[in-house]
Amino acid sequence: MKITSREQLASVRAECKKLLDAENKKILVCGGSGCTASGSAKIYEELVKLMQERGLNVEVSLNGHVDHGELIGVKNCGCHGICELAPLIRIEPEGILYTRVQLADCADIIDQTIIGGEVIEKLIYHAADGTTYEKQEDIPFYKRQTRIVLNNCGHINSESIEEYLAVGGYAAVEKALFDMTPDDIINEVTASGLRGRGGAGFPAGKKWSQVAAHKEAPLKYVVCNGDEGDPGAFMDCSVMEGDPHKMIEGMIIAALACGAEQGVIYVRAEYPLAVKRLGMAIKAATEYGLLGDDILGSGKNFHLRIVKGAGAFVCGEGSAMQASIEGNRGMPRTKPPRSVDKGLFDVPTSLNNVETFANVPEIILNGADWYSSIGSEGNTGTKVFSLAGNIKNTGLIEVPMGTTLREIVFDIGGGVKDGEFKAVQVGGPAGCCLTTEQLDIPLDFDSTKKIGAIIGSGGLVVMGQDTCMVEIARFFTDFSKKESCGKCTACREGIPNILTILERLTKGEGSMEDIDMLQDLAGIVKSCSLCGLGKNATNPVMSTLKYFKDEYIAHVNGKCPAGVCKALCKLWVDPEKCIGCTKCARDCPTGAITGMLRRPHSIDNSKCIKCRVCKVGCPKQAIKEV
Amino acid sequence: MTKVDYGFIDSVLEQNNYSKSSSIAIMQAIQGEYRYLPVEALNYAAEKLGMSAAALYGVATFYENFSMNEKGKYIIKCCNGTACHVRKSDDVQEALYDATGLTPKDHMSADGLFTIERVACLGACGLAPVCTVNDVVHPAMTPEKARRLIAELKEAEGV
Repeated sequence: MKITSREQLASVRAECKKLLDAENKKILVCGGSGCTASGSAKIYEELVKLMQERGLNVEVSLNGHVDHGELIGVKNCGCHGICELAPLIRIEPEGILYTRVQLADCADIIDQTIIGGEVIEKLIYHAADGTTYEKQEDIPFYKRQTRIVLNNCGHINSESIEEYLAVGGYAAVEKALFDMTPDDIINEVTASGLRGRGGAGFPAGKKWSQVAAHKEAPLKYVVCNGDEGDPGAFMDCSVMEGDPHKMIEGMIIAALACGAEQGVIYVRAEYPLAVKRLGMAIKAATEYGLLGDDILGSGKNFHLRIVKGAGAFVCGEGSAMQASIEGNRGMPRTKPPRSVDKGLFDVPTSLNNVETFANVPEIILNGADWYSSIGSEGNTGTKVFSLAGNIKNTGLIEVPMGTTLREIVFDIGGGVKDGEFKAVQVGGPAGCCLTTEQLDIPLDFDSTKKIGAIIGSGGLVVMGQDTCMVEIARFFTDFSKKESCGKCTACREGIPNILTILERLTKGEGSMEDIDMLQDLAGIVKSCSLCGLGKNATNPVMSTLKYFKDEYIAHVNGKCPAGVCKALCKLWVDPEKCIGCTKCARDCPTGAITGMLRRPHSIDNSKCIKCRVCKVGCPKQAIKEV
Repeated sequence: MTKVDYGFIDSVLEQNNYSKSSSIAIMQAIQGEYRYLPVEALNYAAEKLGMSAAALYGVATFYENFSMNEKGKYIIKCCNGTACHVRKSDDVQEALYDATGLTPKDHMSADGLFTIERVACLGACGLAPVCTVNDVVHPAMTPEKARRLIAELKEAEGV
């Protein structure tokens, strides 16, 4: 059904809301990547099946009729955030969060919670200190968050435009179309202080005004950068999967502001679920007359399509992405001309990131004053971070800009999972490794810049004492080497040379001159590369050199303090602890362990490949490392 | 060698309006069918698109996702994103190589069953380390689980 007026939108929304409100109870099954991988789709099916068997009124979409009696909605929703405890289920109206739900638990959830109204103790969140939390909102992980971008994620069916409309979706488009001029939109967004969430932090309103200034241009584009390539980052993925309409709504508003009628969403091919959900969302929005020609009868047009990436990290860079959309090798070009003047297919283009667009509807609805009251000076609003690595609560969080690393890692993330905190990698492969000393720095664009770091797109990877910083620098450099497009000599040739030195160090063949050479090379690559990839590729090396130089020196002296670099490690059997059970000798893939039954065993280091199968399997923890 | 169905290539080209700017989408469709890009298919598509085979080949080889080599029945993607890496994905990958008898240089196992790819982040960082078998995610992998996985796949194939 195509909506052709503002009044009609209001009545459609009222109808959707009526249907949604008719659901007395709701079971929200997380359909994010993490929960899907842990089997949430099967749990969803099982719940629906079991409820039908029990003769309950099940509602899986809002298209059905309102029956009398209790109506129970079961839906696949967006990411709840705390992926560590996948699969997750939320029960409304109580707000109960069940964690690590198994197929076998489904019957209990229906009989005890949905029918019986009781909370199942074993499925609720158990904190490390033994406290249990029935309600999702009470869990410390959620309590400290401010959710603007993610406010619908986990609360509505991410595949249903009707539910999005029911909770007030597309009201911002309505306001922008009928109550605001393009200049009003730009002024509001500029006043809100919204800065690009892709990493560069460029003011969104300013960018839009530059595109809008090309009044005579017959064609303009609004492009969404959904090429979230940073390993360890999945913020944009969760928005695209969990609340695709919010992002699309932001794009429509941007298009109105810029005067663009064409839009492209560039999504990584590694995100098949995001591609599917965005496709469904575009189709539904077009059917409702929210995309396409004559949006809501306003006479304004906006056509949106998806372009799938093909696996090149550098395509996250604006001009490279545009080359890729045009069907070419994704290589960055020199600027000027800037994309706002000559971008995709050589026409004025506004390129923003997924999260930036997802902020826009709330700014339009609630105003610039409200938005700029959140966050810190010059860095307004919230930022979504993905927490990964060696941390207790891996997952997705949204906090006001300027929240400190300490609050994020320890208060929300629950601290390191095994052992002690060592460092946190902020901003992806081009980011920096920060240490305990930097934990109290507010995470925003300006504060991180002061210490030579970046927040990038918001990936946080926490590392414990068992992570070797030289090896981590090698890992990121290896990544940047593979992803270098090869255009600039400094990046193409410099990064492999840095990698060679780092490999030498991790093998215990490095020298003190190597460390100086690293410093020099890193500086050259930084200053002589064209795009952000090259300019920032050496950040991991430079930051680890700055904060963990002693580890580099230890490697020169033939030691890996974290026990990671295999060439520098030796495994041995503690004869005091070994009971001679022969398990390690049987498990060893190279036959490097020998010993008699009930006598201490020994390891032949010339045969040992340091796979540590023996160490993992030893019942007495008798295998030691130096 | 795979036999290329030119009728299929024609239909893909037509769906994309023979547009050069759709070259990536066209190659994605071809690879979707054959699991790699047969060189005959590329030459044919380039001619129909009015571009040189070298130009199209240049685009294909630029992107990680395109393969010019035939792939096994089970494509195992071993995630080596940061989160997986710090949770020891290297050990999982070594176990996979060991169990399949492949080396990082091989494109496909001799029996045509397995291809192992080391990929950047798959976006399931909360479940690190992960690998996927034909896009089905296997979370929280260990070397033991990796060996068992290969053994199960081999058993299913009667090898």
